[in-house]
Amino acid sequence: MFSVENRLVLENVSAGYSGERVLDNLTLQVVHGGQVAVVGPNGAGKTTLFKVLVGLLPLRSGQILIHGQPLGTHTDCVAYVPQRSEVDWRFPLTVTDVVMMGRYNRQGWLRRPDQNDRSAVQRALEQMGIADQSHRAIGDLSGGQQQRVFLARALAQEPHILLMDEPFTGVDAATQETTLALLNQLKAEQVTVLVSTHDLRMAAERFESVLLLNKRLITYGPAQQVLSPAAIQQAFGGRVMFVGDVAVVDECCPPEG
Amino acid sequence: MLEWLSTPLAYAFMQRGLLASLIVGIVCAIIGCYVVLRGMAFLGDALAHAILPGIAIAYLLQGNLMLGALVAAVAVAMLIGLFSRKGTIREDTAIGIMFAAALSLGVALISSIRTYAVDLSHILFGNVLGVSSSDLLLAGGLGVFVLITIAVLYKPFLVISFDPVLAATLRWPAELLRIVLLILLALTIVVSLQTVGVGLVAAMLVTPAASAYLLTRRLPAMMAVSAAIGASSGVLGIYISFYWDISSGAAIVLVATLIFFIVFLLAPRKGLVWQRRRK
Repeated sequence: MFSVENRLVLENVSAGYSGERVLDNLTLQVVHGGQVAVVGPNGAGKTTLFKVLVGLLPLRSGQILIHGQPLGTHTDCVAYVPQRSEVDWRFPLTVTDVVMMGRYNRQGWLRRPDQNDRSAVQRALEQMGIADQSHRAIGDLSGGQQQRVFLARALAQEPHILLMDEPFTGVDAATQETTLALLNQLKAEQVTVLVSTHDLRMAAERFESVLLLNKRLITYGPAQQVLSPAAIQQAFGGRVMFVGDVAVVDECCPPEG
Repeated sequence: MLEWLSTPLAYAFMQRGLLASLIVGIVCAIIGCYVVLRGMAFLGDALAHAILPGIAIAYLLQGNLMLGALVAAVAVAMLIGLFSRKGTIREDTAIGIMFAAALSLGVALISSIRTYAVDLSHILFGNVLGVSSSDLLLAGGLGVFVLITIAVLYKPFLVISFDPVLAATLRWPAELLRIVLLILLALTIVVSLQTVGVGLVAAMLVTPAASAYLLTRRLPAMMAVSAAIGASSGVLGIYISFYWDISSGAAIVLVATLIFFIVFLLAPRKGLVWQRRRK
């Protein structure tokens, strides 16, 4: 029914928190190496979708297949870059310590880091331009640098599927550029990427596919087709206004519940 | 000076007391790093008080008091874990309920035993001079077990404390690990029972680790410094208790607190003086 090319398949997926259904009957496929911007208003289920994909929230119904296997069969191929606010940055860890966590899936509980682990960490640090910060405490970093630490950790994990939750929110321009450059490189490496964002322009210009979400799937496909005024109107409801050809969404980016 | 140090060692009970306080200082200080980083201070205090009914029942049955404490502490740790599982009710609420319930049960049982008054103050505030050889052996065994488990589970405990989402991504059993950490905490409190008592053990969990947090920037270093502060507070506290004839638990905690004040003022980077000067 689905070709092997589809790295990620969701069939009739529903999920939510106690009592409240946030994702409703979502069906979609992401091809091998595809890059998808997940767009929708606050509470549309973007973070919920990611949490379901990493196994943090159970499915209410439906199924998710990665490489044709049910969720949980592959424990090492999904990496998640959470929003910065989700961890305690006062924790006594250096940049290297955090990036090394990306190797924990290979090390298990007991094995100490070997040469492979150390060079993967070093590569990831250099790629994200934070190699010179490697021995600093994470609490002393700027917001953009903290974001890069998380991205470097995800890279060190060498994932097949990478999920990024609002990576463009509240970071400096340099970090945005580094993140976008990373996306290009992941494209070359055939890593499948899902990125949630509030930034419609970014979604339209930098991603081949856009998933417009508001609890259920509104539209999904090539950016130019998906981001029609009608579809945006449907996803964002009254919180969008059209000025000529420009859609103005009355929404900043508070963390999603 | 040398005589000041060696005089107490002539007594066997002082030797045992010193060893006991050394074990308590180290074990509390190391697991205390997780207590501080995970914000579990209230839980530690609650667990400590929750072992009272266990001790009372063991006394009524004429069994081993430490064994009674051990059973009660593990039972309460697991109940708190169960009540707050998957966020049914908040953990601090679950703690509040169990804390008061167990303490009341303990007081109710103890008030029915008239001759128990002296021993109760020892349980609350410690009586390091009454440590028997078998107590010491049990404390040492439990202490070593706690430390080995913390070493083996270093990575999983770090991940569930710093980034629970990563734990889920890795499919590590976060719930189970959390309960194991609670049980280790319960064991630590039982180890501390005779030295600092249930009323003061929370301080030994939190104070050395908080000082170490201000002095270090990596978790292994924090654990090592915390252990050093805990151990020296324990030993110094016993000497002070010997010479000034004050309660051993109180002396140990006061030494640890004094160290914390000094560190809080003078620590490089994070200390008060340093931060004032940078402004």
